Amino acid sequence: MSKQKHLVRFGLTTQLFVLVAAMFGFGFALVPLYDVFCQILGIGGKTAAQAAEVVEAPDLNREIVVEFVTTVNEGAPWEFSAGVAEMRVHPGKLYQATFFARNLIGQPQDGQAVPSVAPGQVAKYFRKTECFCFERQSFSANEGRDMPVVFILDPEIPRHIDRITLSYTFFALETLAGAVTKNPSGI
Amino acid sequence: MGPEYEATADQHHVDDHDHHGAPSGIKRWLFSTNHKDIGTMYLVFSLLMFFVGGAMIMIVRAELFQPGLQFVDPAFFNQMTTMHALVMVFGAIMPAFVGLANWMIPMMVGAPDMALPRMNNWSFWLLPVGFTFLIATLFMPGGAPAAGWTMYPPLVLQTGDAFPFLVFAIHILGASSIMGAINIIVTIMNMRAPTMTLLKMPLFVWTWFITAFLLLAAMPVFAGAVTMLLFDQFFGAHFFNAAGGGDPVMFQHIFWFFGHPEVYIMILPAFGIVSEIIPTFARKPLFGYNSMVYATASIAVLSFIVWAHHMFTVGMPLAGQLFFMFSTMLIAVPTGVKVFNWIATMWRGSMTFETPMLFSLAFVFLFTIGGFSGLMLAITPVDFQYHDTYFVVAHFHYVLVPGSLFGIMAGVYYWLPKWTGHIVDEKLAKMHFWLSAIFVNITFFPQHFLGLAGMPRRIPDYSTQFADFNMMSSLGAFGFGLSQLLFVYIVYQTVKGGKKASSEVWDNPVGLEWTVPSPAPYHTFETAPEVR
Amino acid sequence: MTNSSGIRLAGKITTLLALMTIAPAAVADMVLNLRRGVTDISQTVYELHMLILWVCVVIAIVVFGVMIVSIILHRRSRGAEAADFSHSTKAELIWTIIPVIILVWMAVPAAKTLVVMEDFRDSEMTIKVTGYQWRWHYAYLGTEVDFFSSLARSSNIARQVRSGVDPFSVDNYLLDVDKPMVVPVDTKIRLLITANDVIHSWWMPSFAVKKDAIPGFINEIWFKANETGTYRGQCAELCGRGHGFMPIVVDVLSKQDYAAWIDAKDGGETVAMVDSTTAAEAPAVAEELSGEKLYNISCSACHQVNGQGLPPAFPSLVDSAMVKGPVAKHIDIVMNGRVGTAMIGFSTQLGDAELAAIINYERNAWGLNGGDTVQASDIAAAR
Repeated sequence: MSKQKHLVRFGLTTQLFVLVAAMFGFGFALVPLYDVFCQILGIGGKTAAQAAEVVEAPDLNREIVVEFVTTVNEGAPWEFSAGVAEMRVHPGKLYQATFFARNLIGQPQDGQAVPSVAPGQVAKYFRKTECFCFERQSFSANEGRDMPVVFILDPEIPRHIDRITLSYTFFALETLAGAVTKNPSGI
Repeated sequence: MGPEYEATADQHHVDDHDHHGAPSGIKRWLFSTNHKDIGTMYLVFSLLMFFVGGAMIMIVRAELFQPGLQFVDPAFFNQMTTMHALVMVFGAIMPAFVGLANWMIPMMVGAPDMALPRMNNWSFWLLPVGFTFLIATLFMPGGAPAAGWTMYPPLVLQTGDAFPFLVFAIHILGASSIMGAINIIVTIMNMRAPTMTLLKMPLFVWTWFITAFLLLAAMPVFAGAVTMLLFDQFFGAHFFNAAGGGDPVMFQHIFWFFGHPEVYIMILPAFGIVSEIIPTFARKPLFGYNSMVYATASIAVLSFIVWAHHMFTVGMPLAGQLFFMFSTMLIAVPTGVKVFNWIATMWRGSMTFETPMLFSLAFVFLFTIGGFSGLMLAITPVDFQYHDTYFVVAHFHYVLVPGSLFGIMAGVYYWLPKWTGHIVDEKLAKMHFWLSAIFVNITFFPQHFLGLAGMPRRIPDYSTQFADFNMMSSLGAFGFGLSQLLFVYIVYQTVKGGKKASSEVWDNPVGLEWTVPSPAPYHTFETAPEVR
Repeated sequence: MTNSSGIRLAGKITTLLALMTIAPAAVADMVLNLRRGVTDISQTVYELHMLILWVCVVIAIVVFGVMIVSIILHRRSRGAEAADFSHSTKAELIWTIIPVIILVWMAVPAAKTLVVMEDFRDSEMTIKVTGYQWRWHYAYLGTEVDFFSSLARSSNIARQVRSGVDPFSVDNYLLDVDKPMVVPVDTKIRLLITANDVIHSWWMPSFAVKKDAIPGFINEIWFKANETGTYRGQCAELCGRGHGFMPIVVDVLSKQDYAAWIDAKDGGETVAMVDSTTAAEAPAVAEELSGEKLYNISCSACHQVNGQGLPPAFPSLVDSAMVKGPVAKHIDIVMNGRVGTAMIGFSTQLGDAELAAIINYERNAWGLNGGDTVQASDIAAAR
């Protein structure tokens, strides 16, 4: 076989390996890309993780019901509930809702509330200027306290929406600590 | 018209002076760089894995034979369904296709060997290593992986000690597939006989060429996904953990971004095999060669934009559901073109029905049934009723068993005389065909009814209303499993001896592989043949 | 296997073999098709299903018909000579364009149905559905009503490995729960679906709704049942060992009956499970408090009937420091769970007496003979 052909062959092989490496990277790139898509399309109903800058411009002609639901993940020893089951709100106006959490064990622990909005596509119209979900919450032994969320619905919210659910799932942070505290089987 | 192949009489040197023949003993296999030996190893390995995966599903079907739990714990049941899928996909179907590619592609394009013979050796020997890890998980504390071959988190993170071995095994098997695919692409691009232009290549070569690109694009993404799982489990990452800002559904998106192309990786080479066989036994050139190539390519491209139809129930916005429904339905068009072309190839032919043709005809019939149920599954609102039921199980087994597996069997019966120099015992082979074809339908057809009646998949026990069809399905599965022992015997018998095969074996088949003697000499096409 | 089930088995196999060889008509009473269901959407879905099915059948008849004709006529044994055409642009265009037209024709009603499914306006009540390994939890928003819905006891006993109980003797085997979801008829009900641990999927075939329950995320579906009755479904997403054993039952009541039900529940009951003696199960009260039974139902899925667990995922109780150690710690873990593991707290799921009975059983079974006797009052004190 000619030397030239040999070189061509290895050139192609290298290119294909580069393609493989690129696709491996692409797999990871799907993670941020997915978040971007989610924000555009509202998949998963994730709301922003930082405080929003908003201007109030109430639309008093519209009223939307906002429901609050709470879940404690993996039966963790937390009590977690919403102050009210639902509120009737006008788009473009700031409202405050209160959630209550209590540490049920006799030692300090941290928790993290993860928000989710249904229907998912309204997540981008659901702005929060203040939320206990922006950061982890530390509780001393048996401590219970109220935690506020201040939110505003963008007046641009689609017309057909008459009811929104804001859900928080409370995760005990020990389950997050990963390799260090997790038991080896990960359960 | 398809291309015509012709080799001048002395272009294959049966005993070439520059090369020695096959080395003897274990070294021949361990250090082999010969595409035929490596092809043989791939095929034998996949046959072995076919029986390992088959044994697992026999346990499953025995447990599902009647309602109530008679034999195994539900946790072990889940391990069996999960391992069955992993073994069949990565151990049986894919290596079998790579084995066929190794044997046939160099011969079909007039090349002396694969382009990268040492890498070829390596990609094969990674397989037993990977499967040692995978099978070993059965004996680990916590048992084998049991979260389904789709490995959705958070469930998969509940796997016991087996978890890192699962991930590692997938990395190894993925590396093996990727290297195999690179080798195939480079062989096709650089080793073809100079006169064989791309659009003169046999369809099997074309479908594998496209499949190889699918592998290169999809497998690394899969490797990335399981790596992320590993990070989540052991290094405190939160790719798929909602508590840390991740999303378990994202895994499903990434998995199916790999998973759907993977489905076509397992069927496109079978399309190629059938496209070789039907013209031979219809004694008529393949109808619409160019459109076959284009249809294959468009199926491959479309396979990257339909993934979310596997997960319509996760809660997608309307626009997403509509997009994936339309794109999925679109795949029916090129797939239909292929089926119509095969039938047009048969039309006004002069058909005979030797075993490879029988398997190919069953392929066209039964794969099409799988295609129909696939079309039904594409319709999103109805998919909410079908999703994760036995209807889906029936669908993908119709595509994978009488589809991919029958394609492989057809190929083996078609080329076995070329490999061994012996004619297959046609009577036994036909018996194998009829047993397989009948039992495969007894096994999988009732599963459509089970799914429609409301039986979820992956359950170890079921309500009594599902009892009759499950029993039927189990009986079919036992019959199918036993019939495959006949296949082993036929292959063994043909390797050992039998009527001598001519170079052509069949009646005027088209292709360079039929211009070399049977059995094909250890080295073929040291100098490139002429293709007109 | 009991004798009668053995006979039935033999009979079944004979029937099946007969069925396979002769009479498809005898299959008529088997469930072969999707159900129509009891919501407008499920009817539409059924019709869509039938439409696609018939389209496929017609295409199949044409395609397979041509193929069979070809196989019969164009065979060498009949002396057929091979033609040598190998393409026809016209034919290829036809069989590209016709499928496209058929697909578009099918896609239109499908898209319309999807739009209706996604229309959540004017829903009249909301129920939050949470998937657990391996039971469902229903919370009626705006009321105090919330409860767990687990596999019915009769099925749970029969479904143990080699239980000796014939599944055919159990009513609605694996499709029955202790406490069904109860909803009013002719009411647009919105379900918020999430999960506590891994992904589950809430599927009610009669309503044509199926949606994944994903931990940390909330999904929604709605249905409006047109007929009262009891409807049964199952979890549709593999969720571990008990995946096949977390059925879904919805009782659709008339509006008056529902109002009476919710009034009795609301205010009367704040935590679940405590009054788990529904009318149907009243005779079972005597064995209600057997620690062994309760253990087998609530704990054995993970820790196994023999207490050996499935280490390392589910630890053995037989060699457990917790079981042999101080009783207070034991009570704490059973009630509140263990952080970072699959062990959930059972304080909201079981009553005082039930929890006490389970703990006593765990401390005294399997040859442990710890000798402790925890009282319901100890549990109450620990709440």
